[in-house]
Amino acid sequence: MFMFEKPLGMRDTLPGLYVIKESVRKKMMNVIESWGYQFLETPTLEFYETVGVQSAIQEQQLFKLLDRQGHTLVLRPDMTAPIARIAASKLMKESLPLRLAYSANVFRAQQHEGGRPAEFEQIGIELIGDGTISADAEAIALMIYALKNTGLKDFKISIGHIGFINALFGEILGKEERAEKLRRYLYEKNFVGYREHVKRLSLSTIDKERLLRVIDLKGGIEKADEASSLVACDSGKKALEDLKQLLIQLRAYEVDQYIKLELNIVSHMSYYTSVIFELYANGVGLPIGNGGRYDHLLEKFERPAPATGFGIRLDNLLEALGDLKLNKDRYCIIFSRENRQEAFRYANKLRKEGKQVVMQDISGIDQIDRFTGQFTDIYYFLGKPGKVRE
Amino acid sequence: MSMLTIAMPKGRIFSEAVELLRKSGYKLPDEFDESRKLILTVPEENIRFILAKPMDVGTYVEHGVADVGIAGKDVMMEEERDVFEVLDLKISKCHLAVAGLPDTKMNDIAPKVATKYPNVASKYFREQGEQVEIIHLNGSIELAPLIGLADRIVDIVSTGRTLKENGLVEFEHIADITSRLIVNPVSYRMKDKPIDMLVERLAKTVEEGKEDSD
Repeated sequence: MFMFEKPLGMRDTLPGLYVIKESVRKKMMNVIESWGYQFLETPTLEFYETVGVQSAIQEQQLFKLLDRQGHTLVLRPDMTAPIARIAASKLMKESLPLRLAYSANVFRAQQHEGGRPAEFEQIGIELIGDGTISADAEAIALMIYALKNTGLKDFKISIGHIGFINALFGEILGKEERAEKLRRYLYEKNFVGYREHVKRLSLSTIDKERLLRVIDLKGGIEKADEASSLVACDSGKKALEDLKQLLIQLRAYEVDQYIKLELNIVSHMSYYTSVIFELYANGVGLPIGNGGRYDHLLEKFERPAPATGFGIRLDNLLEALGDLKLNKDRYCIIFSRENRQEAFRYANKLRKEGKQVVMQDISGIDQIDRFTGQFTDIYYFLGKPGKVRE
Repeated sequence: MSMLTIAMPKGRIFSEAVELLRKSGYKLPDEFDESRKLILTVPEENIRFILAKPMDVGTYVEHGVADVGIAGKDVMMEEERDVFEVLDLKISKCHLAVAGLPDTKMNDIAPKVATKYPNVASKYFREQGEQVEIIHLNGSIELAPLIGLADRIVDIVSTGRTLKENGLVEFEHIADITSRLIVNPVSYRMKDKPIDMLVERLAKTVEEGKEDSD
């Protein structure tokens, strides 16, 4: 059977979009490289057991297939796990911290209807081996500067801390399964369900109030102080102190106007371990990027090291940038057979000047006007050799 | 400041939602109630309303073409959209139920359930440990058991009148339903000021309404 359609969520990048994509990608890559990060590539296919299981992407979103030995493979759903695999093996001898970057397509199966790509390009960095807040600040600041270089203006970054929610829930609820239920509501952003669930718990009024106030913990640095009055334990206080420190450091990078605290952000797995952030821009219904600290991933590849990073979705970023018109000039030389060499020499002269030049045999086209309409300028090498017409 | 777009459900919930917004101090034009336009702009409030089918409100909000929306919990349960559910508006109260002809049992071999909510229904029966076949209908669900299409139906029940008039009885109560205020995750951050204000004002009205009815 001949299939003209593409699989669900797969998209083509036609020439017009391709040049725009390339230009935005380069703008981001230039900034990332200028901060000393080194780009690398990894294979599209990885073992399910190594990269698939460790990735932050949910099981049902993985594309799986079998190799000839019967091992389960996955199309890489993100770049963080592959880079952790490399950092833990081949780059073992390099001294830490490592500053690595990537620009690659990742694959996530879509369960719902269209409108969501299942393959999209991500550009990002991983800063491996530095557990300080300075590393978190660097990752966030670099993300902002890379975005600004693409021309994006109207965007915000929400920052939270897994340690705070964990400490608060641990203190009040004790058992992990009780905390897990509430965390699920926060993850699903179901504040109505969260409130109702808290009200039903057998807790003191004070403890219920502490849990309910989590929903309103978004805003500036003052929210960290407000949150600090809700937790008693050291780990909770430390998480908030770290966040405050992070915001102060981001002021030094002069990017604090893009930042908001949002202390009820949680991740769906125990993947992120402390600072976690999401990036939003006007005009796009989905986050453009996200990131955070994942201090336990590398130990799963037997090389424990703290790490942080971010990933930007190029497709969503392009949507946020709006209508980009990027028509590169293209030139056309139309020649007849007897003028081939002369036409080629002229084309090469233009090409050396950096111009994009198409060479077209006149006998290969039917409608000259329609064909030449797409070019900035046309040069004719027709008839008796030696004569140039423009 | 860019305009806030609110997706409103046409039909049953619409008038209650409009009343709630008016009570919360939003000035909405009178033409609002009878207009057939699908997009209504209220420049004084810097708000644009879009009128959608109730089942589609979540879709508009998830894709970000509407910043906020008013949707029944039944729709939220069925569609599982990636949106914030920030407030229970406590309007359009009803519940989801399993109903059928009185004194009947489900077919042992291939029990059939007709519904407008295939995801909710299949999840519910799975949790009960029952394997059923779901038949998706778009309306007049009560017909299904009457003419032998299905043994049971899963539908919303508000007064129970439709069931009664068609000789059906309720067997199981699945979940209580009210309308919810839902917010697009990006708008939640990018338009936080007008949205926080909307939530605050609506929350106050809902709270006052609760005291009235107590």
